[in-house]
Amino acid sequence: MIIDYIPIILVIIVAAAFAGIVVLSSVIFGPKRPNKIKVMPYESGKDPIGTTHERISIKYYLVAILFIIFDIEVIYVYPWAVQFKSLFNDFGIFAFLPMFIFLIVLELGFLYILMKGGLKWD
Amino acid sequence: MNIEIILFAVLALVAATSSVMMITRKNAVISAVFLVLNFFALAGLYLLLNAQFIAVVQVIVYAGAIMVLFLFVLMLLNTEAEHQLFIDKRGIKFFAIFIAAFVFIEIAFLIFKSNPSKNLSPDQAASINSGTIQTIGQQLYTNYLIPFEVSGFLLLAATIGALVLAKKKFE
Amino acid sequence: MPANNYEYFLLLPHIVLSVGIVLSILIEIFTRKGKEVLPWFSSLLFLFVGFYSIINIDKNFFIFGGMVEVGGRASIFNFIFNIAALLTVLASTDYIKKYGINYSEYYILIQSSVLGMMVMAMAHDILVIFMGLELMSICFYILAGLNRKRSSNNEASLKYFLLGSFATGFIVYGIALVYGTTGSTSIQNIFENFMQYFNNILFIVGMLLLLIGFSFKIAAVPFHMWVPDVYQGSATSVTGLMSTAGKAAAFSVLLILLGTSLSYSSPIVFRNYFSVIAVLSTLVGSIIAIAQTNLKRMLAYSSIAHAGYMAIGLAAGNNYSFAGITFYLAAYVFMNIGAFTIISLIEGKDETRLTLNSYAGLNKKSPFLAAMMSLFMFALAGIPPMAGFFGKYYVFFGAIKSDLTWLAIVGVLSSLISVYFYLRVVVYVYFMNENEQFEIEKSVGSNLAISLTGLLVLLFGIFPDSLMNLIVNFIK
Repeated sequence: MIIDYIPIILVIIVAAAFAGIVVLSSVIFGPKRPNKIKVMPYESGKDPIGTTHERISIKYYLVAILFIIFDIEVIYVYPWAVQFKSLFNDFGIFAFLPMFIFLIVLELGFLYILMKGGLKWD
Repeated sequence: MNIEIILFAVLALVAATSSVMMITRKNAVISAVFLVLNFFALAGLYLLLNAQFIAVVQVIVYAGAIMVLFLFVLMLLNTEAEHQLFIDKRGIKFFAIFIAAFVFIEIAFLIFKSNPSKNLSPDQAASINSGTIQTIGQQLYTNYLIPFEVSGFLLLAATIGALVLAKKKFE
Repeated sequence: MPANNYEYFLLLPHIVLSVGIVLSILIEIFTRKGKEVLPWFSSLLFLFVGFYSIINIDKNFFIFGGMVEVGGRASIFNFIFNIAALLTVLASTDYIKKYGINYSEYYILIQSSVLGMMVMAMAHDILVIFMGLELMSICFYILAGLNRKRSSNNEASLKYFLLGSFATGFIVYGIALVYGTTGSTSIQNIFENFMQYFNNILFIVGMLLLLIGFSFKIAAVPFHMWVPDVYQGSATSVTGLMSTAGKAAAFSVLLILLGTSLSYSSPIVFRNYFSVIAVLSTLVGSIIAIAQTNLKRMLAYSSIAHAGYMAIGLAAGNNYSFAGITFYLAAYVFMNIGAFTIISLIEGKDETRLTLNSYAGLNKKSPFLAAMMSLFMFALAGIPPMAGFFGKYYVFFGAIKSDLTWLAIVGVLSSLISVYFYLRVVVYVYFMNENEQFEIEKSVGSNLAISLTGLLVLLFGIFPDSLMNLIVNFIK
């Protein structure tokens, strides 16, 4: 029930409050005398050229897609791990089987990516 | 007032505000970050409804993986040059508001008129248990074995497809 | 596990195909000879799975707590899918080299899509249906865009993906509403208590969304917008597979839904929906096809019209018309794959010879291809004694049995319209002077596929009743 989540909520509130107070206090109490040179990213470094909104390489896209696929795999493993004790009591060693097959199929996909050079930065 | 209602109010407020902020920002990356906030608020709402598994999926898959993909795509595209997309087009705005109002009325009508939980079991404990990770684990790896294994092959096909379609030099 | 051991044994076709997919990937990544080995390996796999299914047609059981059905109808559909995939693989060994998609992934994706179709055909649970549908659709999206250097392929893949996922969205929303109102994903349960749920507007909306999603997948008007562009833009062999086996898989789901509805004698509430779909699809498909000179596009519109004829059977909603649809699907699969294989032989390296003009005087270049093309065109037009005629005959007869004579008349009228553009191809092939000089490619696999499909189309046309009796016996 929701009462079980009170500690988690408290942790979130404390963490958010701490982070907020630290950031805000430096904004409130710190002296501010900005000028053009001071607000540059690197005060004594090179002058910036262009904006930070550079287009990144398309190669990241493949990484992102593969990340999603294996992220979804994790979602399947999670309830299995939670429920494993009960499944093991009911079915013995066969409780492994569904997840074993699933993981074999998925790791085959991983092997495929690896062998085809999908993780190489060409 | 009990704590669930307070939490619901806070989370609903965060969800509604962040979605409005998301569609009104000029910078697409900031919009995406507000969308992440929205997903977190929704995950909290799922927790309030005792749907822990969906809450976890919401955080891991949506706020995690899907938003990473969104942000990558935004950075791949030259969004700087797309600012003219946000020029005030009155017709489109009115159309969008009309559609939004229509969908809102439709959903409100369906929820209040047809009483969707009418057919659910009056046994509240059972309906609360049905959203837990234990129940989903028990069902998924016994009764729903076939769709589970098929989803493995679905992910395999998706892996192959990603490589075939998106790899720069595919032999 | 809830299932007994023998239940896994009944799933042997699916398990064999799954192991086949795994082996194919292993062959590809460890030996790097996938391109040479996989055509043969996939052919043997499809041949085994198809015939194993059809041999075990009488072992008709519901297993996994009624979640899936093996034998019977599922066997018939497994046979159709596997033979379609086998013919596609035969026809495409030379074609994909020419087209520039000679990847071993091509075969792996076809195997995966067939697995998805087989899952769809056996499913009696909307969750299983959805998983099968997605497996099939995702493989098709990838196959449609396999050649990334061709803009037509990219366009086809993107259009198919966007509109297909739109349709999937409809289906998921429908599943969510149906599950929300019934509390169960089992189709049996839904139709057992149909009247009880039917008072709930959410349930009706959910069912309608499901039907609309599948109307997208069978390419029926008014959800047909993606069909011409996707069928024209994809590689011809891929188009052959997705316009036949893909459509058959979507129809198998509709047949399961309506068939279960029939067996629990719930009222036929979707008759009006399917009647409208059928009338629109047959007429729009047949009339627009007349204006097409590109053969692939013409066959795309013709496939819309064929979906309409089959929807007449769905509207009729009796066991006879369902068996008729199954027969029609089998016939349609073979004649369409045959036609697409001939197109793939003639189209040339960059698909420059797709118009009717390229078919002028085909008889002089290759009498065999000319004869087979005419055979397939006659069959598609529904002229006896080809398979297409009996498909239409059974479906229309089923409609008359359900007092839908007007629908059958609309179907007949629109087949009359369609005769014009099918026979125009035959006229070009035999009676026009050739105005283009080119060599027709020689491909043993393609010719084998064409001969096999031609043989099957004739066989279906000559012995329709024995086949029909077989189907009627096993579709309950």
